Amino acid sequence: MKLNCKHVWEYISEYIDGSVDAKLRADIERHLEHCEICSAILDSTRNILVLTADDRTFELPVGYSKRLHERLKEEIGKSQQEPPGGDAK
Amino acid sequence: MQTKNTDEAGLIARILAGEKELFHELIQPYERMVYLTLFSIVKNETEAEDGVQEAVISAYRHLRSFRGDAKFSTWLTTIAINEGRKRLRKSKGRAEDSIDEQIEDLESDYTPATLTDWREIPLEALERKELREALRVAVTDLPDIYRQVFALRDLEEMNIEETAEALGITTGTVKVRLHRARIMLQKRLVPFLKTTAPARRGFFGRAV
Repeated sequence: MKLNCKHVWEYISEYIDGSVDAKLRADIERHLEHCEICSAILDSTRNILVLTADDRTFELPVGYSKRLHERLKEEIGKSQQEPPGGDAK
Repeated sequence: MQTKNTDEAGLIARILAGEKELFHELIQPYERMVYLTLFSIVKNETEAEDGVQEAVISAYRHLRSFRGDAKFSTWLTTIAINEGRKRLRKSKGRAEDSIDEQIEDLESDYTPATLTDWREIPLEALERKELREALRVAVTDLPDIYRQVFALRDLEEMNIEETAEALGITTGTVKVRLHRARIMLQKRLVPFLKTTAPARRGFFGRAV
């Protein structure tokens, strides 16, 4: 099937995730070969996702882990006399 | 990963048998994930951190109710989501719509931004601090239902099924929301991605 740009845009997300079927993937790739607009959209979207997954983009607050484990230590200490893991719901 | 799950199951069994301190070790690989989950809901660092502590302690107290049919990470994320929603309701008051009641906006235009003079982004551009900042702001500004799906899937890198399970929605809904979230971000960030640098390579990485 010959896809137009709008069709391709609808599947950008699933295409990136590799969840389109083989036939559709081939159609999209054929379109991308000659369509600079869709290639640019795909590239830019992918780059945003790469950047999102980069640990430096969303950083944890300084001292976060230490404070979490301190609080947990306190809680574990308090529960030493109780049966472990609490009650099953 | 098989090994990881086996190790994890072993750790959980030992904690439940009385080696309570091992809970520190169990939670450690998920510290970032739990924080990001909370942050994606409450959108405030301090509130997110307080929420993480409550969620992790709740997971510790209720560890026995973890059945092992879901992944531990999904179970933990569900607890984090519930904690986040609880905090959101508290801060917004009862009059506000709960996030569960938000529905997809069918009228909006989910069309990506086109780039007429696109050149492959130089790696340096992705390293720019302003781009990271712009992305953080854009993600924070996404409507709740889209931001939460995006956070679990693209920030915490859970798969579609895990994201659906953690949020209590269908995989179909996850896909629709994810698509829209990604397109909204693409649209908003394109101005930051454009570069005036002369092209060194053509499309698809081919030399021009």
